[in-house]
Amino acid sequence: MARKMISAFRKDWQLWVMIAPALIYIIIFCYGPMYGIQLAFRKYDFSKGLTGGDWVGFKYFIQYFTSPMFWPTLRNTFVISFFSLICGFPAPILLALIVNALKQKKLKRVVQTAVYMPYFISTVVMVAILQILLSPSKGVLSGLLKNMHLVSQSTNLLGTPGAFVPVYVLSGIWQSAGWNSIIFIAALSSVDGQLYDAAKIDGADRWHQVMHVEIPALLPTIVILLIMNMGRILSVGFEKVFLMQNNLNLSVSEVISTYVFNVGVTSGQFSFGSAVGLFNTVVNFVFLLIVNKISKKAADISLM
Amino acid sequence: MMRSRKMRMGLSDRIFYICPTAAAVAALIMVLYPMYFIVIASFSNSTMVNQGMVTLIPRGINFYGYRKILERSDLWLGYRNTLFYTVVGTMLNLAVTLPAAYVLAQKKFKARRVVMTIFVITMYFGGGMVPTYMLVKSLHLTNSILTMIIMGAVSVYNVIIARTFFESSIPTELQEAAELDGCSHFRYFTSIVLPLSKAVISVITLYYAVGHWNDFFTALLYLNKDEYQPLQTILRNILISNQAMAGTTGAGEGSCAQQFADQIKFAVIIVSTVPVLCIYPFIQKYFEKGVMIGAVKG
Repeated sequence: MARKMISAFRKDWQLWVMIAPALIYIIIFCYGPMYGIQLAFRKYDFSKGLTGGDWVGFKYFIQYFTSPMFWPTLRNTFVISFFSLICGFPAPILLALIVNALKQKKLKRVVQTAVYMPYFISTVVMVAILQILLSPSKGVLSGLLKNMHLVSQSTNLLGTPGAFVPVYVLSGIWQSAGWNSIIFIAALSSVDGQLYDAAKIDGADRWHQVMHVEIPALLPTIVILLIMNMGRILSVGFEKVFLMQNNLNLSVSEVISTYVFNVGVTSGQFSFGSAVGLFNTVVNFVFLLIVNKISKKAADISLM
Repeated sequence: MMRSRKMRMGLSDRIFYICPTAAAVAALIMVLYPMYFIVIASFSNSTMVNQGMVTLIPRGINFYGYRKILERSDLWLGYRNTLFYTVVGTMLNLAVTLPAAYVLAQKKFKARRVVMTIFVITMYFGGGMVPTYMLVKSLHLTNSILTMIIMGAVSVYNVIIARTFFESSIPTELQEAAELDGCSHFRYFTSIVLPLSKAVISVITLYYAVGHWNDFFTALLYLNKDEYQPLQTILRNILISNQAMAGTTGAGEGSCAQQFADQIKFAVIIVSTVPVLCIYPFIQKYFEKGVMIGAVKG
């Protein structure tokens, strides 16, 4: 056995050399922190090193579950990602159907190039643009919304807790719907032309073709992406929430990841922060497994 | 009877062609207008901008904002740092990712499944922010240029994209022929595989480079020193923490300073974002392909 392994290694040594850097990186920087998760179950002690503190079991988890920040952070995280998913998921599909229905090649090209563009804007700049356009006194967009009586004159879209989630979700759609539509556009372009012809012979107009040819063609992609997104139901992108936070909206904008950053990194409660983070990871993972299982049963589509 | 039915279908189809065009134009306006507005506002009179008078054409043209940011040494330092992190970091990314993807595309490689599993698990499960932070700290990598380059050296997602490309787009006959000629893996990889993989290389180069350029989190977590700060940190200071007029504001000129601050912000947004936006249309046709293979096989 050992000899077999040595001879296999000798044969493949060049391959091992080529994969070594990536493997080492993954082991140190991805599996290292996983090993460090035990920090969540130990009382961190600077003098005893990273994992040398006393074992305290679930103390920090209980501390989180019973703290006044537990419900707000859990709720805020869930609300933000739930609405991001519900509103953000159909947008790229719709966009792909629209792009696919365009007849003029040139317009199609221009639309595609344009809608991808916002994806390349950094989060910092994105949040800054929001602040400028939605500024209560002189923001162009907030002025427009007020003139259209969609929001009341006195609303500060950046500070009102009720406005945080809509602003977050809608700007997220603005930024990434185009990029996320690429995969659906690609799936649509690979639909066999004969299917359209067959549908036409059966008397299907364009609308029926969308419903009975294009949507079914997108379905596997939709399900796979839905599963992957469910696995992130409790992970809100840290950067954008962090940058959009201010004292006025903190009641809805403190999510688990920003809370972990504040307690775990900024205030140095390393064990407590690890525990909160681990709770988040586990919930995500369980969600992923459940949805994966359901879709495997229901549609025979799954990730693993 | 037949005719009327045909006409009805024709009408509904015609509506169906007009609707997407209208929707596409609406989407185009919604995406482009905010960016267009920022461009014209960056060289318009800020009072007019604030009064809502600048909507379609720039007014009161002046380049105060741009002139002012030329004087901001912190911005240019950030620019220089980010340029460095992006160039060196992306080179490291490629040097690590491409060989790994090549190896994982080798059907004969015995450990292929095991290594792949080790990689893929990290896409769904991780140690979390604090353990990662503690690890980096215990490796003495905080406050170091190295961190900005090493963190995120491998994205498993990009490895999968490249691996799928190697598997599907490079004929296996080539490798068989190369093996018969006694060509080593190193040689085959560098002189056959890489030249044939320009498409996938440009895609993942773009992904990694944009990731470095827009990276704010790594510096927030691991960097304290001012002289190492990347562009995004400086942008945050100027744009979000409102330090646009730092150092030049006197107590008395409050509102006047605030007015110019906005113009500076617009200019800063343009200057920091344009490099990225200029590059991607050239690689667009490749990344459509890249997203497809990555997502389907991932």
